[in-house]
Amino acid sequence: MDLENQTRIKELVEKVGRENVVVILGGAEAEASGLAAETVTTGDPTFAGPLTGVQLELPVYHILELKDIVPEDVWEDQISMMEMVLDVDDIIKEVTTYRTQNGG
Amino acid sequence: MIDLKGKHIAIIGDRDGIPGPAIEACIENTGAILGFSTTECFV
Repeated sequence: MDLENQTRIKELVEKVGRENVVVILGGAEAEASGLAAETVTTGDPTFAGPLTGVQLELPVYHILELKDIVPEDVWEDQISMMEMVLDVDDIIKEVTTYRTQNGG
Repeated sequence: MIDLKGKHIAIIGDRDGIPGPAIEACIENTGAILGFSTTECFV
């Protein structure tokens, strides 16, 4: 996750409290999505950004996991095309790993 | 099923995956509060 986004997440948590923040990812690849999920749970694994060593333990989901809460027509318009080309199972598996390690 | 009502959402979209605005549209009627939305580019 780029450094600017790490800063924005840190600032949001400081502003509204960790218990009120949920992160939703749209990553194209399982590995990148997993790294982003790791960053907002156990801290920046690349040791480069402001979340290095910061265990926010935020609930984090990939949008592909949230199909059940999105209206069908919106999903069709916004997501369904990418759902067909992305490796949905791998992405969800990777993000779920970090979320469940976090107790979520 | 996750309930996003009243939660502040940080959206990290991906230009080559699902961009921020598409995710924003998905959560529009869930009662969630948009914290911020961004679209990363890994190229």
